[in-house]
Amino acid sequence: MSAQNGRLGIVMLCHTALERAAQVARFWASAGCPVVIHLDRAVPAAEAAALRRALGDVDAVRFLQRHRCRWGSWGLVAATQDACARMLRDFPQVGHVCLTSGACLPLRPVAEMVAWLAARPETDFIESVAVADLAWTVGGLSDERFTLWFPFDWRRQRWLFDRCVDVQRRLRIAREVPRPLQPHLGSQWWCLTRATLEAILHDPKRRRYERFFRHVWIPDEAYFQTLARLHSARIESRSLTLSKFDRNGRPHLFYDDHLQLLRRSDCFLARKIWPQAERLYDFFLTGKAAQATPVDPQPGRIQQHFARAERQREHGRAGLYMQSRFPRDALERGRTAAPYSVLWGPSALYPEFARWLSDAAALRVHGHLYARDRVQFADEAQVYNGALSDSAALRDYNPRMFLTNLIWNTRGERQCFQYGPFDATDGALECFIATDPNAHVAVISGAWALGLAGLDPAQEAVRHQLATAQKAELALIDRLRSPQARAQVQIWSLAEYLEAPDENLAQVFGMIAPLRRPPASPVMVPLEGFGGFVARARDAGLPLVTLGDYPVDSVPGPVDWRATE
Amino acid sequence: MRAQRQIKLARALRKSLELRRVRDRTRAIRPGMILAFTTLRNEAVRLPYFLQYYRDLGVGHFLMVDNGSDDGSDTFLAEQPDVSLWSSGASYRRSGFGVDWLNHLQWRYGAGHWTLVVDVDEFLVYPFCESRPLQALTGWLDEAGRRSFSAMLLDMYPKGPLTAQPYVAGQNPFEIARFFDAGNLTIRRNPRYRNLWIQGGVRARAFFADRPHAAPALNKTPLVRWTRKYAYVSSTHMLLPRGLNRVYDEGGGELASGVLLHAKFLDTLLPKAREEIDRREHYGGGREYDAYGEGLERAADLWCPWSTEYINWRQLEILGLMSKGDWA
Repeated sequence: MSAQNGRLGIVMLCHTALERAAQVARFWASAGCPVVIHLDRAVPAAEAAALRRALGDVDAVRFLQRHRCRWGSWGLVAATQDACARMLRDFPQVGHVCLTSGACLPLRPVAEMVAWLAARPETDFIESVAVADLAWTVGGLSDERFTLWFPFDWRRQRWLFDRCVDVQRRLRIAREVPRPLQPHLGSQWWCLTRATLEAILHDPKRRRYERFFRHVWIPDEAYFQTLARLHSARIESRSLTLSKFDRNGRPHLFYDDHLQLLRRSDCFLARKIWPQAERLYDFFLTGKAAQATPVDPQPGRIQQHFARAERQREHGRAGLYMQSRFPRDALERGRTAAPYSVLWGPSALYPEFARWLSDAAALRVHGHLYARDRVQFADEAQVYNGALSDSAALRDYNPRMFLTNLIWNTRGERQCFQYGPFDATDGALECFIATDPNAHVAVISGAWALGLAGLDPAQEAVRHQLATAQKAELALIDRLRSPQARAQVQIWSLAEYLEAPDENLAQVFGMIAPLRRPPASPVMVPLEGFGGFVARARDAGLPLVTLGDYPVDSVPGPVDWRATE
Repeated sequence: MRAQRQIKLARALRKSLELRRVRDRTRAIRPGMILAFTTLRNEAVRLPYFLQYYRDLGVGHFLMVDNGSDDGSDTFLAEQPDVSLWSSGASYRRSGFGVDWLNHLQWRYGAGHWTLVVDVDEFLVYPFCESRPLQALTGWLDEAGRRSFSAMLLDMYPKGPLTAQPYVAGQNPFEIARFFDAGNLTIRRNPRYRNLWIQGGVRARAFFADRPHAAPALNKTPLVRWTRKYAYVSSTHMLLPRGLNRVYDEGGGELASGVLLHAKFLDTLLPKAREEIDRREHYGGGREYDAYGEGLERAADLWCPWSTEYINWRQLEILGLMSKGDWA
């Protein structure tokens, strides 16, 4: 094949932003590539005439009779057929025909693309994937695109479209695919050789195939993709046009700020370009691209860029509650942004626990965040990350968002806080924590009573305090043990815990800082006489059950336990 | 809900009698133009930067209601080539805090356009706003089938007393009010209108710490592709029909959203707060201004060691105050 014969012809399907289309057509033509333009019949006559006038001085441009090209309609294929026939007839030197839209932009110098294609004179570049092996995205249809009937418009009559598909599935309607076609799908933007196109356009069974494809759903993604498999000598199943689709099958637009991304594409063209992207058109159509220092293609970066956006739309950022992401309560995963620890009891048993943990795990450890009078942030701070206030009223206005805010604001640093029955406990908050896989809750039940051991349980006020606290504790334990709980829970009664306090503390520490070696345990409060207090509480009619099987001092009768010290 | 919407629209029509046309340039409105709607009172010092900011973003025409200014705001606006101006001497409070007037103007001129309802101290920041004009955003919203776009209020404040850095006309207010609270919002669903009710920020922290329920709402939906069936209910916090308030995803994903940077806390606030305390023309009987009057004299500085200094929209997106959703 001669070099003369290896030229590139451009077919452009246009329906909006015609000034941009004219600009691109002129660019192709001035680089020696003939252009055949098809205008959607919906374009007003005045605009169409303006486009013709704008390109009046360019020789190698042809305009076609206009078809109506709705999205996914047969008109698009008919227009492409006409355009290709015209191209092959009027420009005999054309070796490859590239199908583009008015919103496509060449990313590399035309000479480079022509030379590249000339070196591959018999290769067709068309994404063409066998439907049997493909999970196509939009609408979830793949082989059914070929075998069902689609009288309704997917975009404007979605409900009817879906019902129509349902009914046909139930009735097991299946059209027969004409032999010897093997249904294939792929991007509608391709670049085919003269030989392949001629074979497709002059196929003796073309009328039969057309009758079939007229009723295929989105035929512009199927007709050439299927027929190329029949006629091509050599297919590279990929598109030379970069295009990215969102989850609804709409193409992502490229804007000015995508310039660096587009420069790193390994494709020759990109679609769809926002018509007002001055900088992109200016850069790629005025030779600036050729002059700029070349960059290495990194198509992976484009892939990543759009995949990340899709992920953000689909799954969002875990633990974030904001104006445009507010997950329903039932959502189990990603309730909070990071793992955290809730400690119920240790600080009652070890007065210096917070400081000990802070030093040993190299973390800022909070006091009782839900203390009734104010929020006990680490280091007695009055405001914390994200300008969280220590006001109890603000916190209690929405205790759960106080927690999720704190965890979100301190991403990257594990939060640990004390929690106890004398705090502003909140059932809804506890349910939330219990069902949060990020939560670690360590409970030494009954330990809180150590702080009351100096009081007389026979007094009504003290009794009441004990009873309320114990109720709150039982409720928490219930929630932590419920079948819905997803938190990592460690529960000991005080009695169990004291059987091996150092080992148990090491277990708690291991959950918080697994990579560190637990240091020596901190000093415990003195336990002498506590048994007497427990006994008196029991005798006052209030057994402290959450303590477990705590050894009650065998002191006959009520005694002031401090006197026995 | 439908009845309420129709009452709202009828009310807007009735209240439109209070509007007097000062300068009507609405013939200059072209199809597809983005229109801004604003009420104001005595904001002369803020207007030059406000207009410039939104012109640069791509707003095509400003439709403004002047509520009895006596500082020359009205003459300044009447001279602007892209402003249509109405005036009203009637009560701001009884016009639903300006909502009725603007509902009427939107009904009359906004149908078929993307409309932006902002106060002169609110500055819209949206994903990619430094490189993509508003038309890019509205075009994308159209493509995605969305009719409304949320932009929460973010209260900005300076470091040090408000009076220490006087604001001059034409200046970017965020050279002074550079700080904000990044992570202390509370959100709940409003089942009646299906919007999210957001409170918090510096106003809750500094002025409403003892009565958080009274803290002002921060959720806003200022950008809407208007039709004659729509109406704002209360400021731009809520819309009818309710579907317009569904600007959030409930399945864990993120929709695209922006932020209205709120340049309220400048030295211009203090005389205003004094005036408003006397006028009682603001929401909740002006209790907000009472709080500012007290709070600003008591605690001169809104800044705290955990205040965040504003950089750009990407920073707000990383902090989780807004999202680009799947607009890549």
